[in-house]
Amino acid sequence: MTSPAHAVTASHTDGAGALASPMPDTIIRVENVHKHFGKLHVLQGVSFEVNKGDVMVLIGPSGSGKSTLLRCMNGLEVIQNGQILIDGIPVHDRRTNLPALRQRLGMVFQQFNLFPHLTALQNITLAPVRAKKMPQREAEELGLQLLKRVGLAEKAGAHPGQLSGGQQQRVAIARALAMQPEVMMFDEPTSALDPEMINEVLDVMKGLARGGMTMVVVSHEMGFAREVASRVMFMDGGKIVETGTPDEVFNRPQQARTQAFLSKIL
Amino acid sequence: MVIYHFDFGSQREFIPVYLQAMKNTLLLSVVSVVLATIVGIIAGLARTSKRPFIAWPVAVYIEVIRGTPLLLQIMIFYFGIGPIINLPAWTAAILSLTLFAGAYVAEIVRAGIQSINRGQTEAALSLGLSHVQTMRFVILPQALRRILPPLAGQFISLIKDSSLVSVLAISELVYTARKINTRTLKSLEGYVIVGAIYFVMTFSLSRLAGYLERRSSPSD
Repeated sequence: MTSPAHAVTASHTDGAGALASPMPDTIIRVENVHKHFGKLHVLQGVSFEVNKGDVMVLIGPSGSGKSTLLRCMNGLEVIQNGQILIDGIPVHDRRTNLPALRQRLGMVFQQFNLFPHLTALQNITLAPVRAKKMPQREAEELGLQLLKRVGLAEKAGAHPGQLSGGQQQRVAIARALAMQPEVMMFDEPTSALDPEMINEVLDVMKGLARGGMTMVVVSHEMGFAREVASRVMFMDGGKIVETGTPDEVFNRPQQARTQAFLSKIL
Repeated sequence: MVIYHFDFGSQREFIPVYLQAMKNTLLLSVVSVVLATIVGIIAGLARTSKRPFIAWPVAVYIEVIRGTPLLLQIMIFYFGIGPIINLPAWTAAILSLTLFAGAYVAEIVRAGIQSINRGQTEAALSLGLSHVQTMRFVILPQALRRILPPLAGQFISLIKDSSLVSVLAISELVYTARKINTRTLKSLEGYVIVGAIYFVMTFSLSRLAGYLERRSSPSD
């Protein structure tokens, strides 16, 4: 935990020094989180922090609790113990305005979950217009701009059923970005895609990471993790087993379980 | 063995009476189905609520209505509640048909809502929409498309069920047929005629529903 005194000291150093080693600016703090599904103890005391600008990639065998952890972070799942703070705001506190908090956290799902009754553009503009009260015109301009950014400007009027999986997932990313979130969370965004469509989605994600977006990504794409992750976190059996830079985790894993997992997938 | 001899000749003069009865049956059905849809959507939404004090009373309403005969409900409504609040027969008829069909519509709405993939709700909530906005802009528009065909079926049932309010001496089709039969000293002609009228109404409606269903399905 960063002590306030330390923060004051840092702000008193000269400008160049402060820029060279900026204070880690914690945006997500997960503290000793426990989650049960009935008898199943899915998260067993998980703690970590995500700083602004981090690209954190969560890896681990299926059933290790990665997706559940992500879903807990924006309040889609309740937790039984511990707490999750987004910019200091507790997600699971009854008094927290969850919709307002969720506007700051973009989420992309494995199954895209686009709204099938709306066009690509309407999918993107719905939340800005309804939740943020953005004027329709402004939302549409933003939506078209985002569609262009994910390479789908010409698909604005298409319904999700008329788009390929990769295109749907790119629209889903644009939809999440339209709320101008501070953090983007990805729950196995390429797992439901045909192999030839994986790269078009990863390319959009890499672009985001390079643009400085704070990201938490659950993924089996080790190439992506190596290329853009600032930190890799390996989970197994509801616990964080190992955390480090991609180089540390992939090339010099310290834990036997990490080594065993990596040897199976690399 | 006695063979019944049909004689429709005496029915001609009653054509305007039959038409008026058909209008009354349609009026009863349309008004009840519109009100039942409103009741049903509210009750169906309440039924999916996670709060027991909302979901429970609605569950009781639905089960009691679906578990007792409509004829009994109409009589209890008119003879039991009617005198207390001075309910005219027409109002009692429409209210009991509404409450009856509303319970079935509620189950149709509940099934429609629950048939929408959970991922849709999660995606909407994760964007920062409230529960009400999620329901209104994401779930209900999708659910309504799936609800439409069974709702049309419910409307067809209601047209037929409305015959039961004949016990309240409302001049809908069955009551009218009975009256004309008495007047013409015939036992079947009136019933055969209104049977044909019912069939024309329900069959056209079911064709219309089929058409609407075909038209709305390929869009997604």
